[in-house]
Amino acid sequence: MIDKKELEQVKKGKANWEAGTLGKTLSKQGERREVFTSISGIPIERLYTPEDVKDLDYGKEISFPGEYPYTRGVQPTMYRGRFWTMRQYAGFGSAKDTNARYRYLLEQGQTGLSVAFHLPTQAGYDSDHPLSMGEVGKVGAAIDSIDDMRVLFDQIPLDKVTTSMTINAAATVLLAMYLSLAEEQGVPFDKIGGTIQNDVLKEIICRGQYIFPPKPTMRLTTDLITYCQKNVPRWNSISVSGYHIRESGSTASQEMAFTIADGIAYVQACIDAGMDVDDFAPRLSFFFNVFTNVCEEVAKFRAGRRYWAKVMKERFGAKNPASQMMRYHVQTGGVTLTYQQVLNNIVRVGLQTYAAVVGGCQSLHTDSYDEALCLPTQGAVLVALRTQQMVAEESGACDTIDPFAGSYYVEALTDQIEAEIDQYIKKIDEMGGTLVAIDEGYIQKEIQNSAYIFQKEIESGERAYVGVNKYIMEEPPATGLLKVDMALGEIEAAKLKKLRAERDNAAWQKALDNLREVSKTDENVMPAVIEAVKAKATVGEVCDVWRELFGEYRPKEFV
Amino acid sequence: MADKKIKIIVAKPGLDGHDRGAKLLSRIFAEAGMEVVYTGLRQTPEMIVEAALQEDADVIGLSSLSGVHNHFFPKVMELLKEKKLDDVLVVGGGIIPLEDIPGLKEVGISEIFGPGTPTPTIVDYITNNVRS
Repeated sequence: MIDKKELEQVKKGKANWEAGTLGKTLSKQGERREVFTSISGIPIERLYTPEDVKDLDYGKEISFPGEYPYTRGVQPTMYRGRFWTMRQYAGFGSAKDTNARYRYLLEQGQTGLSVAFHLPTQAGYDSDHPLSMGEVGKVGAAIDSIDDMRVLFDQIPLDKVTTSMTINAAATVLLAMYLSLAEEQGVPFDKIGGTIQNDVLKEIICRGQYIFPPKPTMRLTTDLITYCQKNVPRWNSISVSGYHIRESGSTASQEMAFTIADGIAYVQACIDAGMDVDDFAPRLSFFFNVFTNVCEEVAKFRAGRRYWAKVMKERFGAKNPASQMMRYHVQTGGVTLTYQQVLNNIVRVGLQTYAAVVGGCQSLHTDSYDEALCLPTQGAVLVALRTQQMVAEESGACDTIDPFAGSYYVEALTDQIEAEIDQYIKKIDEMGGTLVAIDEGYIQKEIQNSAYIFQKEIESGERAYVGVNKYIMEEPPATGLLKVDMALGEIEAAKLKKLRAERDNAAWQKALDNLREVSKTDENVMPAVIEAVKAKATVGEVCDVWRELFGEYRPKEFV
Repeated sequence: MADKKIKIIVAKPGLDGHDRGAKLLSRIFAEAGMEVVYTGLRQTPEMIVEAALQEDADVIGLSSLSGVHNHFFPKVMELLKEKKLDDVLVVGGGIIPLEDIPGLKEVGISEIFGPGTPTPTIVDYITNNVRS
């Protein structure tokens, strides 16, 4: 806190400055606009001074890295110890195509893997299902069975890299395959590390890759978390995701608030399932977006860490410091990339990378500049990875911890975003919790409304967007785009036919029957899923067992 | 024309869940005085054409971001022809490379709107080209 006398002087000084120096300039020339706002619409003052942070209690609200409330970061040394994990999200075509991309990225200095599964896998359908037609290998790798998984990680030792898997409704099945593969490689479960997204609430809110209704899905989610807590101790068993919330149009504060609301729902579900909070909370992780407005993003991350620490300590009574730490992966904002003047995206990603790092991320994916057009080409992925390496090695962002702390602006904005998060959480609590708020469409409508406001601002020219509404020019169509072979669907279907003909169908049937019986009880499904995938049950076959038992989710649309 | 509202089906074919654009445009079309039916996610071409038939729609707006447009859009056109719904105006939008646009127009998609298109451009196009 700042000395009262000093504060008086600042106040007086500012009044003098406004009347004198500033007044003279303003009388000659006005400012570029009447009101300045961040990308998220937060009003921005002309100048921030100690007055704007006068109520800030350093010891309580800011404190030190690695200490509660973790405003300055979750590790005591942050990037002075080691850099974040550079983890590019990648996957397209067949398991073999994707394996080649992984090995290329690892050779270029990437330090972790991140699997993009194609939409049929995400929706729990095999590549030969009628609904998979046209989708096979398009936006991720086509993975149907443990045989595909084996090819995906060919010559990649699972005890040497950590892997993140973007899979939600079908998370148990894909994790079961990964664990079986580790076993084949002779790697014990306590030696493998990584993250599985396993966050279906945000699928219901905004991303659309749901399969089953919320209740049975929450059961699968908690089964996976419980299983990992006992058997795969280094595995992050959920990645509560705000990334897609932001992509759908939310503001920075809404992204953080709704993600924390989802996090609260998962923690409560695990507690309701009989777990002690400190048993599983250390392995909860998060996933956020980052846009181009650097200070707002840094403030968002700092506010989120602080708020989550308070939630865990005060609301859930978590005692283990690791339970109170918000650890997260960041991906640069896909939706911010423009189709127009596509090379400009390299600069957008550069600024976003810097914001993510100054904000204190644990791992990072940088988008490739051509993602506004197609799947990233190898050259574009390399620039994206090099962007991370330049921020790490050249920018100086990693030499001291939380370098923007103490900035009057960033501290004031951190407070403001935290207050907005708190308002949303209180409102959602009043409604009866996250599941009720989602069911009533409250969260969805808030996000859609922000998307609408943003669109109007771009169209009116109120907010500048280089290449889109300002500095526009004619361009020839882009060439050399990455395209997935349309014939891949048939190739994958033929592989599945062979798999079904050659596997031990008695063992397969027995494993699926067992899975069905276990799923009817309260027993953890993970061991039965592992047995099923080892018996070469496919993603679609396992999910069909649950479709039959649990039904399929059909959302209400709130447009 | 002035007393009859334009009826538009907004649809997302395939398994993709990115519906920010589809939902945003549904709101914009409604504000422009159109009657909007948003089908929701995971629509097959059959479901989309059936909706157009049932609703007696004037326009179908297709949205695609996951590179499946070359598969789904022509399929929708084929089914419309089969059902003799030749007077329905079909437009598309999303992440569609410019080089794919001529092929889509050849099968009868009237216009493709890429990312960054101002929404009034889309509304005007529909209002000026609707066939019934």
